[in-house]
Amino acid sequence: MITAERKPMEELTECMKPFGRILLVGCNECVTVCAAGGRKEVGLLSSALQMHFMKENKPFEVKELTLERQCDPEYVEELAPHINQVDAVLSMACGCGVQEIARRYKEKPVFPAVNTKFMGASESQGVWAERCAGCGDCVLGITGGVCPIARCSKQLFNGPCGGSTNGKCEIDSSVDCAWQLIWDRLKALGKVDLYEENIAAKDWRTGRGGGPRKIIREDLAS
Amino acid sequence: MKTDSILEKILAAGHLAVTSECGPPRGALPNKVKEKAELLRGCVDAVNVTDNQTAMVRMSSLAACILLRQMGLNPILQMVTRDRNRLSMQSDILGAYSHNIDNMLCLSGDHPRFGDHPMAANVHDIDSVQFIEMVKTMRDEGKFQGGESIDGPPKMFIGAAANPFADPFELRVARLAKKAKAGVDFIQTQCIYNVDKFAKWMEGVRDRGLDRQVYILAGITPMKSAGMARYMKNKVPGMDVPDELVKRIAGVPKEKQAEEGIKICVETIEQCKEIKGVHGFHIMAIEWEQKVPEIVEKAGLLPRPSVN
Ligand code: SF4
Ligand code: SF4
Repeated sequence: MITAERKPMEELTECMKPFGRILLVGCNECVTVCAAGGRKEVGLLSSALQMHFMKENKPFEVKELTLERQCDPEYVEELAPHINQVDAVLSMACGCGVQEIARRYKEKPVFPAVNTKFMGASESQGVWAERCAGCGDCVLGITGGVCPIARCSKQLFNGPCGGSTNGKCEIDSSVDCAWQLIWDRLKALGKVDLYEENIAAKDWRTGRGGGPRKIIREDLAS
Repeated sequence: MKTDSILEKILAAGHLAVTSECGPPRGALPNKVKEKAELLRGCVDAVNVTDNQTAMVRMSSLAACILLRQMGLNPILQMVTRDRNRLSMQSDILGAYSHNIDNMLCLSGDHPRFGDHPMAANVHDIDSVQFIEMVKTMRDEGKFQGGESIDGPPKMFIGAAANPFADPFELRVARLAKKAKAGVDFIQTQCIYNVDKFAKWMEGVRDRGLDRQVYILAGITPMKSAGMARYMKNKVPGMDVPDELVKRIAGVPKEKQAEEGIKICVETIEQCKEIKGVHGFHIMAIEWEQKVPEIVEKAGLLPRPSVN
């Protein structure tokens, strides 16, 4: 899923300062799962903002709404009846959701309430870690199911570097060395011979190197 | 012979090669490069010029290599994949070769987190194994990485690093094999303090016949003090400094520690000479270049052979 973290309160109060009435919009998908911008967090942020501006004797009204999916035009349409009653929108969705609102409601300012972080998985209660960098040409099949792009600090396709120590990455002993994980998994699979093959230089056109990407599914597109 | 490199000739003739290192200055003063490099004249066969070493901005390796070349020294252009994409790397390689720089060292580089620009983007368009492959393709096939022909290919003698002491140990020979497969000509190892472990790694290297495919230069760094020994042991990723060594250097009075460090370093060279498959030494005397002639002399590596 896409992970996010709420921005610091000071940054949010600062960007909401010019406004008197806002729409605070959450999303029911990834940001709900990582507890950054679901219905619950919308409620909490709404109270916090109102409390803050009340202390400053500034009138501030918040209309709360949580959409099924903010990255989907169909659901973003649900904001239409409310949009003219507010000065601005504060979105608690990932960057995709914020941009969808900006695209649909051209004259309404929209602000991100969260910092979108990465595509990751939950490691344990309250801990999420990066897993995929969306390179557009997945190599997990030959790297033991561990991503060398998202999980190796140097993005090595033929690791490990000389800094790998006791299974940890040279940048920080709290970060697992991706190549130790890859090697352990290849051993468990009985596929150590895969390590001997040099992985060729990546064609980054499938990733961000090729510019903004789009998927067109002819069978679904109308 | 794959290149016109003097280093290649010395190695091919079966001599123990000696290389050392010159870290470019944190500024634009050419004399700083020249002064440091001058200390190494006559006692080494080639001089590595580091590329933004420890992720700190310094004068470019290419510019400093050119200065060395102008002094009649034989530079090894170090290049890291951290700071440049493949276009930039290849253009610098062409530029280097146009100045008769014909040795290079392909590295991934320390992470920016360790340097003075931790906020910088990491490039890593290619990794060090792919880098070796790229330089070899440029040299042997006369082709850019993108596939088009080069008008005047750079004939680089290709080096890379190997760290016998990083983890997992069982992969360390295999990783060298990957570099050999990619076409590396010579290897400079991480600083050796744990000779037993290095010998064990070399055994693995010989078992796979890699010592006959690539020249292996054993990495040697003299320690100036017990403080430096402790720092190397505890703070430098992938460094193996045995406790006995720290104890030995800490056991002599402060003013004698540097001398003891040199002694240890010479002993290490002597021990490594006995290990089959070692083709020479890479002496990295960091900010202590003036000691290189003494080390080389005491280790019986003088005079340097002349080849043409
Ligand atoms: S290889 Fe690419 S697609 Fe696969 S997990 Fe890594 S970044 Fe994602
Ligand atoms: S220590 Fe492991 S994860 Fe970290 S940069 Fe090196 S190979 Fe990659």
